[in-house]
Amino acid sequence: MKQYISKQNRALLSELVRTDFKLRYQGSVLGYAWSLLRPLLLFLILYIVFVQILKFGGDVPHFPIYLLLGIVLWTFFAEMTSQSLGSIVGRGDLIRKIRIPRWMIVFSTSISAIINLFLNLLVVGAFLLFNKVELSWSILWLPLILIEIYLFALGISLFLSAAFVKYRDINYIWEVILQGAFYLTPILYSLTLIPNEMFQKLLLMNPMAQAIQDARYSAVTHETITTHSIFDGGWYMFIPFTVVIVVLVGGLLYFKKESRYFAENV
Amino acid sequence: MRENVAIEVENISKSFKLPHEKQNSIKSAFVNFYKRKKGYEKQQVLKRVSFEIKQGEFFGIVGRNGSGKSTLLKLLAGTYTPEEGYIKINGKLTPFIELGVGFNPELSGRENVYLNGALLGFSRKDMDAMYDEIVQFAELERFMDQKLKNYSSGMQVRLAFSIAIQANTDILLLDEVLAVGDAAFQQKCYDYFEKLKREKKTIVIVTHDMAAVKRFCTRAAYIVNGDIKKIGDPLEITDLYTEANIEGIEKQHRQFTSSQHHNLTAKIIKQTPQQVIINFQYKSDQKEEMYVGISVIREGISVADITTSLEKPLISKGKLTYTLNTEIFNEGVYQITASLFKKANRECVAISKERNTFIIKGEGDITRGNALKLADTWEYN
Repeated sequence: MKQYISKQNRALLSELVRTDFKLRYQGSVLGYAWSLLRPLLLFLILYIVFVQILKFGGDVPHFPIYLLLGIVLWTFFAEMTSQSLGSIVGRGDLIRKIRIPRWMIVFSTSISAIINLFLNLLVVGAFLLFNKVELSWSILWLPLILIEIYLFALGISLFLSAAFVKYRDINYIWEVILQGAFYLTPILYSLTLIPNEMFQKLLLMNPMAQAIQDARYSAVTHETITTHSIFDGGWYMFIPFTVVIVVLVGGLLYFKKESRYFAENV
Repeated sequence: MRENVAIEVENISKSFKLPHEKQNSIKSAFVNFYKRKKGYEKQQVLKRVSFEIKQGEFFGIVGRNGSGKSTLLKLLAGTYTPEEGYIKINGKLTPFIELGVGFNPELSGRENVYLNGALLGFSRKDMDAMYDEIVQFAELERFMDQKLKNYSSGMQVRLAFSIAIQANTDILLLDEVLAVGDAAFQQKCYDYFEKLKREKKTIVIVTHDMAAVKRFCTRAAYIVNGDIKKIGDPLEITDLYTEANIEGIEKQHRQFTSSQHHNLTAKIIKQTPQQVIINFQYKSDQKEEMYVGISVIREGISVADITTSLEKPLISKGKLTYTLNTEIFNEGVYQITASLFKKANRECVAISKERNTFIIKGEGDITRGNALKLADTWEYN
């Protein structure tokens, strides 16, 4: 374990993340401000379309924030996985010629995504205060939920980035999967809109759906259908967590196996 | 592993899969699987290579292009994984094998210094301390806030080199570092090598620069088609390499001369201790003015180039006799190659196929220079 957090690795990680950020907003007038402006503008659009025009919220209290939190978490997941996907290939020059730990590259991409997530959560927090949402102790669960999402995304990222070295179709496939999953996850709509309870249960086996619903439950309103509540504490509620663990371990193993041949395949 | 061994390579093999067509898509993987066809060809790059490098050695790896020497270096560096065998490294290894790897053209020189430093394992604090020295050594003080993409390639190399030499490691692997940069840069490289040698670092260098191998290496390996042909004294190895290269060039010459409207033969007809006499026959089926050029080659390097007089051009066909006083040459094996040129555009139209070798006998005397007997004197004041 010690070798993973050595001084060299920490120095490298911080430089890689810095580079990522510098390059991301390079040449734009507002620069880093975009990190906060983007979620704000996005929220504005969502608010107008889904709250004012479509009235998707039903009777969910604080629906705009409920919506925003879901979007923010999903954006994190989508951003981290799709940016990690190309990260190994994108840094092919480093991989081919320098002996640095390969996982470091995926890890640094994930750190960039985490930084973005926290900036976005800052915006969510501001709206929570602004809307005078009554916070309960359950918000203490939120960090654990974020960790769950991160580990899930990390497992997928490791798998995708390694597979992309060999199969360059992966990015198109993943794009489609993300798009489909976005609609199969209760992000834009409330689960109460689905009349069939069976479908509700099926949807909530997806770790992202479970995590987003739990996050909403813990931070916004207890009037949220969660995996725990729908399965009434039965063992089914552990399915999403099992999926996360399987994906993480599978991703790690696949990455470890493939990473020995990155330099020649990339 | 024994104490004084820095690198131990035992029986390593490496082959690459060369795809027949663009194969890195899922569709072709399926199609090939269905047709039970392998979408690739295996190319063996290294075959059961074993050797040892001791601590403090300056080890050169030479070989023609595609012989597998860079692959070997990448295996030593750990970017490639061997299929068979193992490599043991005793000591801290620099992660770089080339200069300027990881440079980002969109970042400023300053930012790149920090990024590159991090790749070497230096924290920002470490780099703050070294920064001024690096910039000074690269002589780029005025350019550090410009983006790297606006640097000339020479400037980039200078910056990369200045960072790379900060690496405080026991074993350095260098791939063709000398191929880039101007004379002043090469001198800097040489000075750096001398310093490394004094510090008893272990250095493995891949290069085509035989002069550098002779000058710095304590031992060298000659690789042919993924196999170590010979390991030993650098002088011996460079001679082998040079010989093999001349053969390669001659082969090209033979191909070049096969389909021509022109023909040139050269033959040594007489050699005495004092002189060599060569007969030439030239032929052209075109009406044009030509001249013959001769090179005297020793150890792959031309020591003299002579042509026939341009005022007396050669036309259609004829014979020439050339007498060369060989008393000015030191001992060694010399070769004469002759070429026929068009006078108008100096285009080479034919090269003689013969292998004209003459040998000057004598005892190796390093006080007398390389090829030519110099008319010089030393005064001891």
